[in-house]
Amino acid sequence: MTTLLTNARLLDPATGREGPGAVLVRDGVIADVHWGRPASLPEGATVIDGGGHVLAPGLVDLRAFVGEPGAEHRETLASASAAAAAGGVTTLVCMPDTNPVIDGPAIVDFVLRRARDTASVNVLPAAAITKGLAGREMTEFGLLSEAGAVAFTDGLKGVTNAQVMRRALTYARDFGALLMQHVEEPDLVGDGVMNEGEMASRLGLHGIPREAETILLERDIRLVRLTRARYHAAMISCADSVEIVRRAKEDGLPVTCGVSINNLVLNENDIGRYRTFCKLSPPLRDEADRGAVVAALAEGVIDVIVSDHNPQDVETKRLPFAEAEDGALGIETLLAAALRLVHAGAVPLPRLLAALSSSPAALLGRPAGRLAPGAPADLVLFDPDEPYVLDKRELRSRSKNSPFDEARLQGRALLTLVGGRVVHRHEAA
Amino acid sequence: MSTATRPGFPHRHLLGIEGLSPLDIAALLDRADEAVEISRQIEKKRATLRGRTQINLFFEPSTRTQSSFELAGKRLGADVMNMSVASSSVKKGETLIDTAATLNAMRPDIIVVRHHQAGAVHLLARKVDCAVVNAGDGAHEHPTQALLDALTIRRNKGRIEGLVVAICGDVLHSRVARSNIILLQALGARVRVIGPSTLLPPGIERFGVEVFTDMRAGLKHADIVMMLRLQRERMNGSFVPSVKEYFRYFGLDGDKLREARPDALVMHPGPMNRGVEISSEVADGAQSLIREQVEMGVAVRMAVLEALATHLPNA
Repeated sequence: MTTLLTNARLLDPATGREGPGAVLVRDGVIADVHWGRPASLPEGATVIDGGGHVLAPGLVDLRAFVGEPGAEHRETLASASAAAAAGGVTTLVCMPDTNPVIDGPAIVDFVLRRARDTASVNVLPAAAITKGLAGREMTEFGLLSEAGAVAFTDGLKGVTNAQVMRRALTYARDFGALLMQHVEEPDLVGDGVMNEGEMASRLGLHGIPREAETILLERDIRLVRLTRARYHAAMISCADSVEIVRRAKEDGLPVTCGVSINNLVLNENDIGRYRTFCKLSPPLRDEADRGAVVAALAEGVIDVIVSDHNPQDVETKRLPFAEAEDGALGIETLLAAALRLVHAGAVPLPRLLAALSSSPAALLGRPAGRLAPGAPADLVLFDPDEPYVLDKRELRSRSKNSPFDEARLQGRALLTLVGGRVVHRHEAA
Repeated sequence: MSTATRPGFPHRHLLGIEGLSPLDIAALLDRADEAVEISRQIEKKRATLRGRTQINLFFEPSTRTQSSFELAGKRLGADVMNMSVASSSVKKGETLIDTAATLNAMRPDIIVVRHHQAGAVHLLARKVDCAVVNAGDGAHEHPTQALLDALTIRRNKGRIEGLVVAICGDVLHSRVARSNIILLQALGARVRVIGPSTLLPPGIERFGVEVFTDMRAGLKHADIVMMLRLQRERMNGSFVPSVKEYFRYFGLDGDKLREARPDALVMHPGPMNRGVEISSEVADGAQSLIREQVEMGVAVRMAVLEALATHLPNA
């Protein structure tokens, strides 16, 4: 099967190159990339007119919570992947916080089979660092990797025991496994439910200090210095963390980090009158911290942007703020929300797309995220300028806890291809 | 076994391999070769230690090492007494030093000591007047195990110099590994250690060994594959995730053994965990020296006791 995507503004985040051109797709992979001049039409090829819109590698989301297995009423692999496809995400890494927990090869295998049968985008499972996410005994990194786990994380929890973390890093190094740590120290979070500071005090809510993040992050980086293992801080949220990661990178340590889309485009003021869809972990910080993480993203200190997609239903969200679960939908709005940074002039488009596709793909050691011959034909065609108001009823997710409901967004995925197959096509109203 | 024909053993105690010269080691191995012959006769008894008292003081249970020392002492004519921690006054709060002083007052000639703490045997040796043999102190040294391993290798390969010896498994907690590394290097072997990084002691590369975390790579062209025991409490997530994963990557089976030289020989200090660090196929296979190691253990301990006896008063 051959498809030519023509009349597009190509953008390859892996190289930063952009310009008019066409992409030839054959048998699920990119067969050729034509920069500039229009390509001749290979015999039997289907032609898709890009309408002058941006054609880039599909997004790779390193952090999505899916309710399957165990909480299918919130999200299934099918519904999460439909939401992903509609948002231009072609690969999602699902978190191990399922029931049962993804901590053994058999469950990795189950998720991969279910995804193969029901999901429209690439689903790559992350396995737990510790058995049952209990923070005590490490899982079988070797056997799990062989089964198809692409990374290791305790999902919503950080590994707090320093000895366990040290041994996990040491052991992971032998297998080249990537550990993605949720950097939040639960004792310092305590009863906290939002960013610590004036806003929390005015709302009468307990705060979460930035030190809940920075203390665990600094400890981990000392352990990386000791073990020389690869380490990825799943999400950082404040200016101090940016400086910690910057220093670690300057010291040549194998450290990378991510940021949640929510911490890039929202701040604590968005909580307003106790909007539980903005109750998140890490919490939304103040505007100065948001500015710092945006600058760090532009600069490259922050490597990847994640959706931190976490579907919750009314039973877990329609509650007093402090009693509501953490988490927000994010995968379907990831691209549009991130484009806010481009429209605001804060982050150039190629840099933004690198953090959304080529960088996370490289972290996983996968060939996606590039507009180059031989790369998988996981592509998104999007109009970065199309304005609309988000209506949560139109979201594909089984849950509706989007912090962007009724928000003005600009930018929409028009066409999404996974392995050369069209998995989403936006029908203009 | 006469002592007149060989260089004397210039040490009062045997606390470790460290501090022994290659000549000391070779002399002990030669002496042990003779002890093998004695043990293979119907009349196994010698009078070298007649009238002497040997106390086996074991703070950590060990059936095989203790019985090996007991048999060695008895074959040389000594009166052997076994003291294990379960029946001793240590449980009642007596300190190691007090125990040493009490035993010393009973005028033994040789005390064989095993203790779970590194350095405990050295401490005890300073407080008694008799000869002390280290039968294993914590993760520090187990000199008679290294000697019996060397004897087994030398008798099967005819030499130790130039051989590639791969020591695999839980090196971190192993006194057997430490004593073997020192001894084998002293005699000119090329030593490799293989294990997951969580079971390798920090700085091990400074011991002059080659370090591998990939077992197949580490076994390439090895002449001797020496497996170490993995304690049960370390198998389930603390140092390695599971028995299944450990066996998959670091357990010696026929398939991995094929990476070594075709005439490679397999050793294990025992007791083995079949299906954890070694498969039954290999443990009971033609390349296994594991049974022979046990026989060599008695011979080496006879050689050590006899060598130390030359320094005893009125010897």
